[in-house]
Amino acid sequence: MNVSRTGVSQEGSGGEIHRSLGLTDEEHSAIVGLLGRAPSDVELAMYSVMWSEHCSYKSSRVHLSRLPSAGRRVLVGPGENAGVVDVGDGLAIALRIESHNHPSAIEPYQGAATGVGGIIRDIFTMGARPIALMDPLFIGPLEDPRSRYILDGVVRGIAGYGNSVGVPTVGGQLTLDPCYKGNPLVNVFCLGLMRADRLVLGRATGPGNLAVLLGSRTGRDGIGGVSVLASAAFGPEQAGAEADKRPSVQVGDPFEEKRLIEACLELLDERLVVGIQDLGGAGLACATSETAARGGVSMEVDVTSVPLREPGMSPVEIMTSESQERMLAIVAPEALPRVKEVCRRWEVRATVVGQVLAPDPDGVGRLRVREGLDGPVLAEVPAASLADDAPRYRRPLAPPADLAERRRRDPGRLPAPADCGADLIELVSDPSWVYRQYDHQLFLNTVLPPGAADAALLLCAAPGIDWAGRALALSADGNPGWCRLDPRRGTAATVAESVLNVACVGARPVALVNCLNFGDPGRAEVMWQLSESIDGMAEACDALGVPVVGGNVSLYNASGGEDIDPTPVVAVVGLLERLERRPPAIGWREGDAIVLLGATVPMLGGSRWARALHGEPDGELAPLDLELHARLVELVAGLVAAETAGSPSGLVTGVHDVSDGGLAVALAECATASGTGCLVSGVASHAELFSESPSRVLLATPDPARLLSSAGAAGIEARVLGRAGGRRLVVEGLVDLGVAELDEAARRLQRAFEPEDPAASPGRPGSA
Amino acid sequence: MTATVGVVCFPGSNCEHDVVRAVRAAGGEARVVWHGEERLTGLDAVVLPGGFAHGDYLRPGALARFSPIMDAVERFARDGGPVVGICNGFQVLTEAGLLPGALRRNRGLRFVCTTVTCRVESEASVLTAGVPVGTLLELPVNHGEGSYACDEGTLRQLETSGQVVLRYLANPNGSVADVAGIANRAGNVVGIMPHPERASSALLGSEDGLVLLGALLRSALGTPVRAEAAGERRAHTPGASAGASRSAGASR
Repeated sequence: MNVSRTGVSQEGSGGEIHRSLGLTDEEHSAIVGLLGRAPSDVELAMYSVMWSEHCSYKSSRVHLSRLPSAGRRVLVGPGENAGVVDVGDGLAIALRIESHNHPSAIEPYQGAATGVGGIIRDIFTMGARPIALMDPLFIGPLEDPRSRYILDGVVRGIAGYGNSVGVPTVGGQLTLDPCYKGNPLVNVFCLGLMRADRLVLGRATGPGNLAVLLGSRTGRDGIGGVSVLASAAFGPEQAGAEADKRPSVQVGDPFEEKRLIEACLELLDERLVVGIQDLGGAGLACATSETAARGGVSMEVDVTSVPLREPGMSPVEIMTSESQERMLAIVAPEALPRVKEVCRRWEVRATVVGQVLAPDPDGVGRLRVREGLDGPVLAEVPAASLADDAPRYRRPLAPPADLAERRRRDPGRLPAPADCGADLIELVSDPSWVYRQYDHQLFLNTVLPPGAADAALLLCAAPGIDWAGRALALSADGNPGWCRLDPRRGTAATVAESVLNVACVGARPVALVNCLNFGDPGRAEVMWQLSESIDGMAEACDALGVPVVGGNVSLYNASGGEDIDPTPVVAVVGLLERLERRPPAIGWREGDAIVLLGATVPMLGGSRWARALHGEPDGELAPLDLELHARLVELVAGLVAAETAGSPSGLVTGVHDVSDGGLAVALAECATASGTGCLVSGVASHAELFSESPSRVLLATPDPARLLSSAGAAGIEARVLGRAGGRRLVVEGLVDLGVAELDEAARRLQRAFEPEDPAASPGRPGSA
Repeated sequence: MTATVGVVCFPGSNCEHDVVRAVRAAGGEARVVWHGEERLTGLDAVVLPGGFAHGDYLRPGALARFSPIMDAVERFARDGGPVVGICNGFQVLTEAGLLPGALRRNRGLRFVCTTVTCRVESEASVLTAGVPVGTLLELPVNHGEGSYACDEGTLRQLETSGQVVLRYLANPNGSVADVAGIANRAGNVVGIMPHPERASSALLGSEDGLVLLGALLRSALGTPVRAEAAGERRAHTPGASAGASRSAGASR
């Protein structure tokens, strides 16, 4: 078959076209080799987006295979739109995390909003009802006006889209650090719930079946989003100067997505589709080639049948547009009338744009793009070559040349602060300004909302799925301070913390997804960080028994030649088998004894104290004993779960892990949460107070003797730190602060964005 | 006998399932009614739930008022049937002219999701009948455009005729006179910004919303508030005494 050329052919053009699309000369040669001829423009455009770093993982794939992805509960592992895990009672969860870093750097509101939209589609594509979002954010410091603008826009974007589309945002994380000034990170996680037997895959099967495009019309937004935008570093200027990339950012419509969710879930309920796939990065090119490749079939697509938002769009634009709120459903012809009926009710457009065909006579499933059903063929490529045959790079990797020197620059050498209380005041930060803008209660599932505990706790229920007694715990974590010093141990410690967080609400971990945010893969140091980080994650997941069921890699997070510090983010989901009462949360009651589980190693490398207060990002990271950590997780999950039973033991009345900001910040957060101070003794030094050494949990209890004996039986070191009470937080010899003073100091975000606190000035009649 | 509540779902509504669940927790029966329907049959009360009907495009509620079901809702209200708008539903009721005033963007121009303390200000509505004035309720709010506004004459009328049914103790959005909820003169049409359905389970932190939903169910079963009673302040609705004893437990 002849493939007609649209526009200028490649020959004689000097190769500028493929380079401007983000393909290297070698990749272009590989395409020519694959096809046995020069590609047409449509083909070249499709390869450029599908072989982009963002879609193909060409630099990371060789490393990702080292992650453990098997587990007895795992129904679908990495490679599909989302991981799927059995949670009992015939129910399954679908989970995924993704980055939307570069779009958010350029257009914070739409970048973040469309990140939310995209991750939600990944979840309902699997047949699950999206029930929760989390958004880990890493942004430059508040003192930087552009970072403030980005944070404000990103939070508004998440709120604007997430609230309207009707999926509660129940958690997240906010890290403000200078390394993200030129390249903020916006990661979005989504969790869905479904009956396990309704699982569907993004697979085209059954020759004669129709490819039906659902949802929005296709416009010119987001063209090249995955290639020119997501798969290249920002230049010497800050991201703001890259306004010319703004057209590569998509524009979201949460109302369209809400109707699309309801329509698709209804189509799946009625079993009207044989496969379904969302259109995200790389648009129609990606959805058609991936579904055809997974199903081992050929597929024909007619670009003239695609409903367009604007006239005069070229086939290249139609195939690669990243217009949001679109899905590709594979539908048997006899089901089409009912599909259209369901879509009409939800005011969702449904258009046949192609057809599934048997593989070609040579056994190869090909994607054929035509202009008109019987019109000229604009592209004809093996479907799997787009999806699976991208080059895999074993890029050079090497530790930074000055690694030893960096580790010697340990913050332990810094002088002890004259007043630890003054340092603590600088470290406390209350993120409620962020999550108060998110609907975190929809669906009546949220038992522990953001801020209340170390993990969010949700009833395992959804519209149409009644609650049967179980609960799901969610935590998302990332720590550039730890990972900069030692990407391997830092990542393991991040996983350890996330797992401990779900244990702190009584749950055992069942699955993990990751979002690996790193710098420019062209630099050997960045590839070393990535490789080390993956090894650390694998070690921790193996030791803690958590399968990795999906992930996303975001590279080229760099600006002006400066890479971000390595920021692997993990989201862990835990399962609590029986919830009859609210578990204890962050805080304590007057008179409770305060017990610390786990031993403190007085090392300050990678701590917030060293990094944020003393500008010292280097040093040595405290050791992590994964075997001991697993025992601690089991102990804490057991103790807290015992409080959620119908007749609670009453042994634990408050719980909080020790991490960011160390013991000092953990104590302060318990005090401000409960409005009750404490008197703590036996903390030897500022290093012990601000150390972020892993595997530690604060518990409040009326019966410390019994708690210590439980800990002893589990082989976990434990000691009574002191007692809760009064209105001051006192650590003998180090800190003496009023709880109200800490509370006020923590509201730095609110002060930065809302100088006048509306809640503090109740409106009087007629005042508005 | 239990009351059956119809919960209207517009495209973009998102709290309809939650309201159904909470009404059942309060002892009633509930079902979702699609906005494209033109009749409300076999229902004792109607709730317009929260969400973003028709995407809140143009203005919250501005398009929803033209949905086919709204003619039936208007007739139902005119006949004295209990109609409650929660959050987006409140916005729809003001746009439809069933309640006076309007909801503007929050002071500070940010969406707010938090729990606030509200005070019951009047028993003269289907949502507060039998709930003693002064009862304090912990109720979640979740809105970007919840700042109630009206002209001075309307506010005076609302205040003097007991149509302000719920007031914030700490105003989260800049509403005039801290208004959290109002009723029409007859008391059978009520709009509130807080979400009683989100406070319907001790496991989730509060059951205070059941006080209001319980009152609605009792009002729905009692003699409907007559349209011709408009203008007169009703003293009590049937079931008020049972409501009083129930709400006493929840008052703080």
